[in-house]
Amino acid sequence: MTELNTASRVLDLVRAKAGAGAEAEAMVHHSAEALTRFANSAIHQNVADATTTVRLRLHVDGRTATGSTTVTDAAGLESLVDRTVAAARLTPVDEAWAGLTPPMPLAAADDDFDQATAGASPDERAARVRAFVDAAGGLETAGYCRTFYRSGAFANSAGQAVSGRSAGADMDGIARDAGVDGVARLAGERLAALDGAELGARAAAKARAAGAAIELPPGRYEVVLEPDAVSDVLNVLSAYGFNGKAHARGESFARLGEAQFDPAVTIVDDPVGLLPFDLEGTPLRPLTMVDAGITAAVTHDRRSAAEAGAVTTGHSSAIAFVWGPVAHQPALLPGPGVASAPESAGPTAPTARPLVAGMRRGLLITDFWYTRVLDQKSLVMTGLTRNGVWLVEDGEVVAAVSNMRFTQNYPQALGPGDVLGVGAEAVPIPDRWAGHRISAPALHLRSWNLTGNASG
Amino acid sequence: MTEFDAACAAVQAALDAGARYADARVMIRRTESMTARDGDVEALTSDESAGLGVRALVGSGWGFYAVPDLTDSAARAAGRRATQIATASSRVPGPPIDLVPTGAGEASWASPCEVDPLSVPLSTKGDLLVEATRVAKDAGADMAEGIYQVWDTRKWFASSDGHRIDQHLRECGAGVTASAFGDGEIQRRSWPSHRGQYGTSGWELVDELALVENAPRMAEEARALLTAPLCPAGETTLVLGGEQMALQIHESVGHAIELDRILGWEAAFAGTSWLDLDQLGTLRYGSELMNITIDPTIPGALGSFGYDDEGTPAAKRDAVRDGRWVGVLAGRDSAAMAGLDYAGSVRSDGWSRLPMVRMTNVGLEPGPHTLDEIIAATDDGVFMDINRSWSIDDRRLNFQFGCEIGWEIKNGKRGRMLRNPTYTGIGPRFWQSMDMLSSETVSWGTPNCGKGQPGQVGHTGHPAAPARFTNVRVGVRG
Repeated sequence: MTELNTASRVLDLVRAKAGAGAEAEAMVHHSAEALTRFANSAIHQNVADATTTVRLRLHVDGRTATGSTTVTDAAGLESLVDRTVAAARLTPVDEAWAGLTPPMPLAAADDDFDQATAGASPDERAARVRAFVDAAGGLETAGYCRTFYRSGAFANSAGQAVSGRSAGADMDGIARDAGVDGVARLAGERLAALDGAELGARAAAKARAAGAAIELPPGRYEVVLEPDAVSDVLNVLSAYGFNGKAHARGESFARLGEAQFDPAVTIVDDPVGLLPFDLEGTPLRPLTMVDAGITAAVTHDRRSAAEAGAVTTGHSSAIAFVWGPVAHQPALLPGPGVASAPESAGPTAPTARPLVAGMRRGLLITDFWYTRVLDQKSLVMTGLTRNGVWLVEDGEVVAAVSNMRFTQNYPQALGPGDVLGVGAEAVPIPDRWAGHRISAPALHLRSWNLTGNASG
Repeated sequence: MTEFDAACAAVQAALDAGARYADARVMIRRTESMTARDGDVEALTSDESAGLGVRALVGSGWGFYAVPDLTDSAARAAGRRATQIATASSRVPGPPIDLVPTGAGEASWASPCEVDPLSVPLSTKGDLLVEATRVAKDAGADMAEGIYQVWDTRKWFASSDGHRIDQHLRECGAGVTASAFGDGEIQRRSWPSHRGQYGTSGWELVDELALVENAPRMAEEARALLTAPLCPAGETTLVLGGEQMALQIHESVGHAIELDRILGWEAAFAGTSWLDLDQLGTLRYGSELMNITIDPTIPGALGSFGYDDEGTPAAKRDAVRDGRWVGVLAGRDSAAMAGLDYAGSVRSDGWSRLPMVRMTNVGLEPGPHTLDEIIAATDDGVFMDINRSWSIDDRRLNFQFGCEIGWEIKNGKRGRMLRNPTYTGIGPRFWQSMDMLSSETVSWGTPNCGKGQPGQVGHTGHPAAPARFTNVRVGVRG
């Protein structure tokens, strides 16, 4: 049975058990993910799984419930429908029900789908790990190489029926030199584009330049954030600020139409390499959230859109119902200029080099770690630097710096007049936890509030 | 075909394909969760997940494969695939792997449960959240939210060492949060803790939380916080409530004593640990009041089980005794590599994920004082409770926590309410400054512990009680 047939079968069962008046949507999602993980320069965890999940949301007699199962035989589907119908009958009336997605076509075909990536073998992933380890020149290494294949079909009782597939690969690794780390990450649609040796060499170059770190006093510093650190800023702004549910409830800093960011900042959601529709069957399309400094849009699913008097932007997901709709793949658009030629020597990422050259005194920060919200509305965050920090004077890296803690209002850091430069090349970064992709150039910021150092 | 048949078929297929050790877990899990907001149910979800994960060891390389199919053919194919993946690991081999013994055998275990959470009518559960959020809203909250979650998990574990273990774990919990919106900031108060309280327990745990009775106070305190003075900045004496102590233990002790981190296996993501195995048994972690145990046998605590996911029976063990570091959270392979003779702390969050070193119940043994005695003995300080934010570096040393609420302490009495309380420090220095510890222990449950790649969400428990620390930096702001 195809995934679309399975989704249709679930809708048939709903009609039979809850009546023709029931509104229902079924999503059948297949995920085959393989991840080859290494540490101490050896593969120590090597995993794969293939899972099909059927999700049903139905609205019957004004009441709504959701259920899912990985048991996809006839009995499993029937059980899913039975308990979801039973749950719906016991819930209160859902005044906020926003209806089903009407029939509408997908935005684009899956021309970029790479079958070789979808079917990659453990040997192919191991070969890239081998190359990363070898390129580190004897430094201890750790990280992963991942490939994935996803396919899915969506059908609802309003007549929307869509299907699609995607594949991708990413690699994330560190090299360690006397207890200090350097990192290199890359995400994409094709495993063939991942060069383990290039990434390993880049991580090693950073690690070698991070030794003999000095400790700096806390305070406000001018900074150049490399793409890995910028990816955290984009994730946080998307999750809390541009989240349509949070925005509708007054929990977000975002004020649509206002110049809340520097004119150099344009942030979009760029859903390439994903299934081409969301969990409500809405086709995915790019969305500009910040346009040349002006907050332009927040992300919506049907429910948050109805609450806000807006329209869905195609951001329904498994977490959206509780957490709110969040950008699939946030991207900061690169600035003007020409990217530097990639080189493995030295600590500075190519996209950051012109920005570092223009900094009189400040810090070059590779990565952020364990960032958490202190206040959701203002988006004051705390976290730490990781994988390399350097002091820059007169455009040159002059010393490695030990990791520091920061407490910083993220939107303010990117506020009008506070962005001194945006790198000319955006790098696709894999999110370390959720697996999605963030596209980020380096950023040169006037001020970042470092509130602690290794001593406390 | 039984679940054990499927697990055994996978193990045998892995061995036949060349593995020198294999184990397999069949898991069937039902989950249910409901959220409510401002007196209405917001979402109700009921999920079912069933499948098999098989782990194979070839030489010094592991392989893992998982499928949501419990037929004999699918199980055997999964076993062969796990061995194929393990074979590929040899392209970048590590040191030889041994496994410490577990005392293999056949066993069956079920967690204590008086009221099956899934048998409680949805209407009863919905009424609870609706009422708790309604009374909070009526008491002045700009937004009131409630949640309950239920996990019902059955596991069948088989290994080539001869394990045949089945377990049935029932876990649940609930909580309510009141929010007050001010100009540019939001204040929240949660009962009984941030995200709620959870345990390996029946619905009786939720019945005892008194959500409705405490919800109005949460609303009143959230609103009062909007106009309360900011927590002062500087060094002072810090008294922490038991819920915040639980997360302090989780982040700055529990993760630090994970042996996989100490061995560098998590270096690229979760991080390493400041602890060095050479110092096990001698390192001073904290003051002599600090006695931390690893104890998955605590009835009802969220990190409890009968056997871990490698078949090791649950057993209590010291991690810190009289302030000295004496034990770790370990698995069969990591323990052997470290030269230790015990495992017992390996779990996965589902059939599709590789078992790895996870916290069980990691907590403080009770101290000699009460919270009232601690406050009465404090001339000048700050009392903070209920976690709001948490952040710690990748070696588990440099931490910063925010709490929902604080109070100044002056001359042995609790004084004004303080808003946005935060504190920061370095783990061992902080623990060595603990000079008073309460006996009022509660086993707090943390249902959202993230670790591993692909990511896994673990359930951990933390017996904790209020405690006092000296010369702590508080009031860090952006």
